Amino acid sequence: MASNKKTVPFYGTEEQKEQLLKVIQELRDEKGCLMPIMQKAQEIYGYLPIEVQKIISDELNVPLEKIYGVATFYSWFNLNPKGKYEISVCLGTACYVKGSGDIYNKLMEKLDIAGGECTPDGKFSLDACRCVGACGLAPVMMVNGEVYGRLTVDDIDGVLEKYN
Amino acid sequence: MYRSHVLVCGGTGCTSSGSETLISLLQEELKKNGLENEVAIVKTGCHGLCAQGPVMVIYPDATFYSMVKPEDIPEIVSEHLLKGRVVTRLLYVEDGGKAKALKDTDFYRLQHRVALRNCGIINPESIDEYIGTGGYEALGRVLTEMSPDDVIETILASGLRGRGGAGFPTGMKWKFASGNRGNVQKYVCCNADEGDPGAFMDRSVLEGDPHVVLEAMAIAGYAIGASQGYIYVRAEYPIAVERLNIAIKQAREYGLLGKNIFDSGFDFDIDLRLGAGAFVCGEETALMTSIEGNRGEPRPRPPFPAVKGLFASPTILNNVETYANIPQIILNGAEWFASMGTEKSKGTKVFAVNGKINNTGLVEVPMGTTLRTIIEDIGGGIPNGKKFKAAQTGGPSGGCIPAEHMDIPIDYDNLISIGSMMGSGGLIVMDEDTCMVDIAKFFLEFTVDESCGKCTPCRVGTKRLYEMLDKITKGEGTLEDLDKMEELCYYIKDNALCGLGQTAPNPVLSTLRYFRDEYIAHIVDKKCPAGVCKALLSYKIDADKCKGCTLCARNCPNGAISGKLKEPHVIDQSKCLKCGACMEKCRFGAIYKE
Repeated sequence: MASNKKTVPFYGTEEQKEQLLKVIQELRDEKGCLMPIMQKAQEIYGYLPIEVQKIISDELNVPLEKIYGVATFYSWFNLNPKGKYEISVCLGTACYVKGSGDIYNKLMEKLDIAGGECTPDGKFSLDACRCVGACGLAPVMMVNGEVYGRLTVDDIDGVLEKYN
Repeated sequence: MYRSHVLVCGGTGCTSSGSETLISLLQEELKKNGLENEVAIVKTGCHGLCAQGPVMVIYPDATFYSMVKPEDIPEIVSEHLLKGRVVTRLLYVEDGGKAKALKDTDFYRLQHRVALRNCGIINPESIDEYIGTGGYEALGRVLTEMSPDDVIETILASGLRGRGGAGFPTGMKWKFASGNRGNVQKYVCCNADEGDPGAFMDRSVLEGDPHVVLEAMAIAGYAIGASQGYIYVRAEYPIAVERLNIAIKQAREYGLLGKNIFDSGFDFDIDLRLGAGAFVCGEETALMTSIEGNRGEPRPRPPFPAVKGLFASPTILNNVETYANIPQIILNGAEWFASMGTEKSKGTKVFAVNGKINNTGLVEVPMGTTLRTIIEDIGGGIPNGKKFKAAQTGGPSGGCIPAEHMDIPIDYDNLISIGSMMGSGGLIVMDEDTCMVDIAKFFLEFTVDESCGKCTPCRVGTKRLYEMLDKITKGEGTLEDLDKMEELCYYIKDNALCGLGQTAPNPVLSTLRYFRDEYIAHIVDKKCPAGVCKALLSYKIDADKCKGCTLCARNCPNGAISGKLKEPHVIDQSKCLKCGACMEKCRFGAIYKE
């Protein structure tokens, strides 16, 4: 699959850094605080670029490679920014047997990006996700948390239209 | 006093289909009609019948409305709540039958709710409602009337086995960790990292009745002598996380968590840890490694967590549904619990029934209920008159149950004897349109993705298995591959480090056992009987039905269709991409696949 991924420069603000330092201060004495701190950091910045990982590493005095190791292990952590509209298609079993694979493929084709990528204009990013738990509505996709259920391939244009 | 209560489901399924909007519209409408002091709205947890969402139950008469839309709200308020006339067109009606009260529908009648006791009935964000239904009474009784050993004896006698999948006796687990009380730091953990695709039992308990988990963990803490608990919950479950946070805060305010609970001198507190989307973290040692703030890789056992678990201290880990049974066992006694179920599997089990089934949703039945009862009676059968092919239990660690085994009573041991496993309770129904080779491939793709990479049998073995399955679905497999695959499956089972790897080959083994003919069809006849595997399909045009409208030819992305206007067209198989666009477009049903 062709990749359009471009390096997006890091735009962290001073306020964001201040927030992060405060979180680190609050949690640093708890046992096993690294993941909660990284989760908060991702909430603050929207993703976890290497620059943010460095701040955490310096503050906690934990080697950067350990933090990078944790960040790449868990699918919840994003090293790349997300689009303005985050699309995720459920590929859990219930959705899959009801045809969500076709929907995912169609979206890749329509947006001309691979899963995990963001369109060059920063508008849409596409991910596959595991069960979102709305199996009663299978197959489902989500756009910024808004759930679209009982989809067919023909519904996709209509959904994307709403965000264009 | 309110004269009527409107229970609106606030579980993930119904929230996804818009129940939040319904609640705010209801509030507005009630105000407009001056009913806000007469009718109360309660946002509950999951009612179970997710396919009919958003659902709403109006008490005192338990009128059950399903698939409610925003535009229905004014009518519900003015007709039902103001004038007392039921809006019949919104009533949930079972196939060909008449609308009934909620508890009399086939979906609910055959269920027996223990773990889901409060789900869909109380407001999960109110500790008072939980206490009102007997909540925290079990904790009170344990702390004031029972010794820690009594508690463990009761749980042992009840026969409760872990609901997370493996079915280890819960009381034994507690007993192993109970030595040396008061002298060493110990931990009680709750596994709420429900990762099986298609399983949502634990989420529904957390969303619908979060306090039951807190209460049970405190009881466990007392039994083994721990003062700290951790709930490891998926970050992908935002509603569950929010309600757990609310519940913990309320329990602390009421003195039901914290120091000196019920003046007994017993201290216990709980913190949340959010999982970050790694399936392997559902394995107990990996979960603990993750709480410690590391990559969630499993550790070799022994030492078992009861000896050396979280932060190298004795730890017990139980799953959400297991905990949800504990307070009821304490209150009603071990004999009560042991009276339900089969000889070796006591109590009830919650299943998340989904896939090709009419009543997608949560079902709690006594152990020993047959698959047929769950699928045909409770689940309402398979849509569009299709034929049942198999049910998959146990997620990526489990196997398929074919039609011939539909009548065996479901319990831990029976499922293992037919090559599947209980798993956490996901039950996915498949019909004749599901290709079993493709399903095995789907699960292997999942395990390849989720293998943590620590041990070679799992990291490399699952990948090789996936490649062989991929080859077969493309029509390039050989009969020899089947033997090789089987050999590799047993090798992985024997040598992988943790449960994820040891069970990863199960979907392959069980489909090979029951649906070998489908594998052979793919290999020898180069056909996919269910018509799923694209490489083995060919699209054809029925010359008798084709009107020669050229629509298909114009829509073919690769110019594979040719023919003259008003004459039957043909598909050039060497050019066909098998995208199915022609079949979608044809207005005369002249295109078929085989």
